[in-house]
Amino acid sequence: MFESLSTRLDAIYKKLRGRGVLKEPDVDEALREIRIALIEADVSLPVVKTFLAAIREKAVGQEVLRSLTPGHQMVKIVSEELTALLGEDFKEIQFAPQPPTIILMAGLQGSGKTTTVGKLARRFKQKGKTCLLVPADVYRPAAIEQLNILGKDLGIDVYQAGEEKDPVVICQKAVQEARRKLCQVVILDTAGRHQIDEALMTELRAIKQTVSPHEILFVADAMMGQQAATIAQAFNEAVGIDGVVLTKLDGDARGGAALSIKSVTGKPIRFIGLGEKLDALEPFHPDRLVSKILGMGDVLTLVEKARQTYELEEQEELEKKIRKNQFTLEDFRDQLKQVQKMGSIQQLMSMIPGMSQVKGLKVDEGAFSRIEAMINSMTREERAKHQIINASRKRRIAEGSGTRVNDINKLLKQFAQMQKMMKKFSSGKMRGLNLGQMFGGRGGGFSPF
Amino acid sequence: MSEEVSNEQAPQENKGGFFSRLKQGLTKTRESMAGGIGKLFKGKGEVGPELLDELEESLLLADVGTRATEFILDELKRGVRDAGHRERQDVMAHLKRLMVEILEENQRAIEFPSGMPLVLLVIGVNGSGKTTTIGKLAARWKMDGKKVVLGAGDTFRAAAIEQLQEWARRTDIPCIHQKSGADPSAVAYDTVQAAVNRKLDAAIIDTAGRLQTNVNLMEELKKVKRVIGKVLPSAPHETLLVLDASIGQNSLSQARLFHEALSIDGLVMTKLDGSAKGGVLLNLSRELGIPVRYVGVGEKVEDLQEFNAKAFVEALVGE
Ligand SMILES: Nc1nc2c(ncn2[C@@H]2O[C@H](COP(=O)(O)OP(=O)(O)OP(=O)(O)O)[C@@H](O)[C@H]2O)c(=O)[nH]1
Ligand SMILES: Nc1nc2c(ncn2[C@@H]2O[C@H](COP(=O)(O)OP(=O)(O)OP(=O)(O)O)[C@@H](O)[C@H]2O)c(=O)[nH]1
Ligand SMILES: [Mg+2]
Ligand SMILES: [Mg+2]
Repeated sequence: MFESLSTRLDAIYKKLRGRGVLKEPDVDEALREIRIALIEADVSLPVVKTFLAAIREKAVGQEVLRSLTPGHQMVKIVSEELTALLGEDFKEIQFAPQPPTIILMAGLQGSGKTTTVGKLARRFKQKGKTCLLVPADVYRPAAIEQLNILGKDLGIDVYQAGEEKDPVVICQKAVQEARRKLCQVVILDTAGRHQIDEALMTELRAIKQTVSPHEILFVADAMMGQQAATIAQAFNEAVGIDGVVLTKLDGDARGGAALSIKSVTGKPIRFIGLGEKLDALEPFHPDRLVSKILGMGDVLTLVEKARQTYELEEQEELEKKIRKNQFTLEDFRDQLKQVQKMGSIQQLMSMIPGMSQVKGLKVDEGAFSRIEAMINSMTREERAKHQIINASRKRRIAEGSGTRVNDINKLLKQFAQMQKMMKKFSSGKMRGLNLGQMFGGRGGGFSPF
Repeated sequence: MSEEVSNEQAPQENKGGFFSRLKQGLTKTRESMAGGIGKLFKGKGEVGPELLDELEESLLLADVGTRATEFILDELKRGVRDAGHRERQDVMAHLKRLMVEILEENQRAIEFPSGMPLVLLVIGVNGSGKTTTIGKLAARWKMDGKKVVLGAGDTFRAAAIEQLQEWARRTDIPCIHQKSGADPSAVAYDTVQAAVNRKLDAAIIDTAGRLQTNVNLMEELKKVKRVIGKVLPSAPHETLLVLDASIGQNSLSQARLFHEALSIDGLVMTKLDGSAKGGVLLNLSRELGIPVRYVGVGEKVEDLQEFNAKAFVEALVGE
């Protein structure tokens, strides 16, 4: 159903079905697909190459688990290795034994530093820490005002630099003030800069030397391209970063930059930004991101779940039907049953890439039994060819299922839409947004009917 | 640095193999990128498969993406086969010509309509450089003797209005604004109205950054566009998408979805003064055929240049 790495790999491994171990030529063929997937996900090329070599070593000669196809086995190896590389689960920023804990933000222009200062401050405040926010971006128009507004919204102090225009002096004085006021955390917001801008990198080093921050956070846009590795390395070499925040992951970013950054710096990704609002900061968990990088939502988890309920053959049959546009109401009913076995719809939806954006998504789980009742009241012929359902048939179905003709109309309309969407999925146009549109969802609660 | 923080590097040690290999790889790419693609083709001699492999890598590193890279390489190989382009210089020339062609195919200048102000709506994802580009562009048009008004249509982000006002103040250009949190289409309406009433040459409207997958916010932009059309039926004359050169293949998704929702007339690529080459434009031009109007090469008012395909390719190739 998804144009994912796993289906692409499956195609390669069709001929391999039933054989016991992963052989060199097959692995190499798979690695070519994986290479494309990683580059399309913006993983920096040197990182891709090193990664593939590691995978190759792992994969060749490995036995294919009985429950898996060789394609899935490769995906499993790749995702395990990616997860390992991206690092352990969430690590909180350590507070200094002697307050204040000083945090310095650094990164390219527009990566999300100032917003992340606000998000972190909110988080610390909730943990009962007192903060001082420091505007050390004296260049960008209204940068100071931006931080002032965030501070005011949060009810958190922002250092007032007055006429001072030197970022190093501002940071120094701010830290002194924080000590005086017994603040527990100081967050220094700096101007965006390119790693090749010598003057500004020198300034960053000077700030570091002057205030000795406990934590230097590299704030990176999750959509960053091939340069991510070079840029992160340069920042790390210049000031030595301690952690990474990955912003703007609320869209369809594949987030390959995360792998590049983590690989070259070895520093933990601490948080991810999932929106512009100040509560949209979450601790980082590698497994989620791995699925994004591989373009599979939480498809791995879905695959796991699906395997428990589906027979593989059945699943393939269904995929074939979708591809050939032969998906009928009967299939739809069977799917619903399967889906219900897998867990709540809400939970499943949240695993699909892009679904989380459909704001206020609410699923009326009861609606699904109504749909089932309606489909059950149809004749076999009607289920196979919904186009023949005319007004009198609709009345009969409504009566049989205890619903109204209007409900039948809605079902048929949505089913037609769904068929259209599925055609798009299978031709590889699957995107979060389409899912949103599929349910006509924007804002205000979602219900299938 | 506290004890705990430095401990975190420990788990890396046992993966020494991976990291040392990666380091070598990085140094190598840095060297090969330093002179750019141009360096690959320096000197005499025929172009062999290794050179093409290196070229592929250089293109990928410049964010050209797998599909456009494949296209370019196939064309080059065809050139070698059909036209006998085997000498390095010939292949290099062919490569440049090919890339310039892709980029130039759709180039058109922005046209000012007669008898009414040009209305320019500036859109894009968060932090791509919209507001800065507006500041630079307005200053440029003013230098050209045009009368411009700005509209502070980003009523969402903290201090977005103040940021645009600061640009307006520096260049002494009027800026229409409302309170933070106001309806952006109302601000757009006022701005276009002001441009019409005062018989100005151009109205440039800023909008809040938004990710292209956010359905609600895309609807909000569509409304802004509709409302502008109520003042001037032919407006906005130019809907400009601002892309950040440091972003990779996601720029494709940005362009596709913004175009689908709002029909884009032109592109701006910012931050080309960094180390990113913006090769994704090749991919984009091939797929969507939207002209690239300007490039941003810094944060100062003068750091905006008209897009020039040849110069862009030279910078990408590094010669
Ligand atoms: N969608 C989304 N937008 C974000 C996120 N984090 C930040 N932004 C937006 O990105 C844009 C840039 O954020 P800033 O915090 O101003 O970035 P900055 O790094 O401080 O920028 P400079 O100071 O100019 O270098 C703003 O529109 C933010 O609202 C995120 O996680 N998701
Ligand atoms: N080096 C460089 N920096 C740029 C360029 N264009 C914009 N910037 C910087 O990028 C950051 C973001 O620019 P903005 O103009 O605020 O971006 P925006 O798209 O309006 O951001 P939002 O409104 O928050 O979505 C600022 O620090 C700008 O100074 C450029 O061409 N080169
Ligand atoms: Mg900032
Ligand atoms: Mg802006």
